[in-house]
Amino acid sequence: MGKYAVFIWSSYGVSCAVLAGLVIATIAQLYRQRRLLRRLESGSIERP
Amino acid sequence: MTPLMNRYAHPTHFMRVSGIALPWLAAASVIALVVALYVALFVAPEDYLQGQTVRIMFLHVPAAWLALGGYVAIAIASVTGWIWKRPLADVAARAIAPTGACFTLIVLLTGSLWGKPMWGTWWVWDARLTSVAILLLLYLGYIALWNAIEEPSLAARAAGALALIGVVNVPVIHFSVSWWNTLHQPASVLRLDGPTIHPALLVPLLLMFAALSLLMVTITLARMRLEILRRRTRMLRLRSAQA
Amino acid sequence: MKAFAALLSREFGGSQLGAGGLGVLFFLAVVVLLPLGTGPDADVLARIAPGILWIAALLASLLGLESMFREDFETGSLEVMAMSALPLEVVVLAKCLAHWLACLLPLAALSVPCGLLLHLSANESLNVAIAMLLGTPAFSLFGSIGAALTLDARRGGLLALLLVLPLSMPPLIFGSLASGSEGNVPSLLLGAGLSLGALAVAPFLSSAILWARLRA
Repeated sequence: MGKYAVFIWSSYGVSCAVLAGLVIATIAQLYRQRRLLRRLESGSIERP
Repeated sequence: MTPLMNRYAHPTHFMRVSGIALPWLAAASVIALVVALYVALFVAPEDYLQGQTVRIMFLHVPAAWLALGGYVAIAIASVTGWIWKRPLADVAARAIAPTGACFTLIVLLTGSLWGKPMWGTWWVWDARLTSVAILLLLYLGYIALWNAIEEPSLAARAAGALALIGVVNVPVIHFSVSWWNTLHQPASVLRLDGPTIHPALLVPLLLMFAALSLLMVTITLARMRLEILRRRTRMLRLRSAQA
Repeated sequence: MKAFAALLSREFGGSQLGAGGLGVLFFLAVVVLLPLGTGPDADVLARIAPGILWIAALLASLLGLESMFREDFETGSLEVMAMSALPLEVVVLAKCLAHWLACLLPLAALSVPCGLLLHLSANESLNVAIAMLLGTPAFSLFGSIGAALTLDARRGGLLALLLVLPLSMPPLIFGSLASGSEGNVPSLLLGAGLSLGALAVAPFLSSAILWARLRA
């Protein structure tokens, strides 16, 4: 990559980090929402 | 057309179809990303002017296209939701926004990392860079407006209006490079007289674009499911509060 | 016309005057704090003064946005106004005018003495004031869009700021260009043009947003 290796790798690095963060956040929110929904549907929470 | 659209636009149907499609789409985007990254980092030749840093372009340019395209898609989805009363379109509009914002952030970050070796500075206040920073602000405002309004139909209306106003900014971004003569190089792929970029560089660029688009579709679909689940939770809570 | 005048005086005397007073305090505070932040060097102050005055005016004007529609919406007055003989567009226009008169006109006037305090020449200070006179109506008009969008929002004031900021950038750019040392006529005209454009567009957009909300 020559003398610019730092810039190239770090730009791929930050991009991957940003997108990975988004994917992980989305999956985590999906799981949390699904669990919440299941509890609500089974009626184990009376009041929000 | 309309009955068919109605059927597919129904949330329950959407949940079933998207549930089946999502794993396949996710797998496809991972494979596409691996291939595109390999080609961009190891196969593509270096540019005779920009040298190795041209590899940053393979990320920077597709991310810029998707950042702009995402905003336009939000506006289109909002209009669809508004005029034809399709709640699923509003769901889609909200679901696109975080991915679009992330791509805008990537444009800014990779642009900085490209600008430092090429221009000798991390940031210049030229029209195009400033416009992209404003695009990030527009995305954040859009997301914040959705989060701030509790009732989904009201939030969809306000956010949709905001997206339409903001979309005026998108052409300004695209044409600002021709309006102001600055450091930024002119657009070289999207031109009427054909691309000026060398094919050996165009192939990795388009590969990366395809892979990132696939990723965007996948994340959007997942976030649409998330939004539908959220609304279901809200309904159940309201019902239990009334009971 | 009579109804318009009545509405204008109601808006002006009601909520906007208080916000305008706060805005003036904010504006003066920025002017006093600026030399403390940058040091009292006359050249530096004179160079950044027009831009700082413009930014302070923009931020001060955001103070009055929250009260533009919210109270009337919550008490139901907005609905009454929408049903009255006066078109909602005109109601919005009256509210924008009241906001401008209370929150921005005093700042345009104050920018002359404040400019002098920041080592601008009399001529340059006058340039800033004229540019503000012609350019700041766009802030009120675009601001009404942000205010209309955030009616239902929690912490609406701060959110309106975020939404209005991108729209306010062109008037800010041309305004501070026009306030430069030479007095830049094309920028001045562009700033005034933006105000006129906002006048043509914003009342209709804001009232469409408000109508959609009232019908919901």
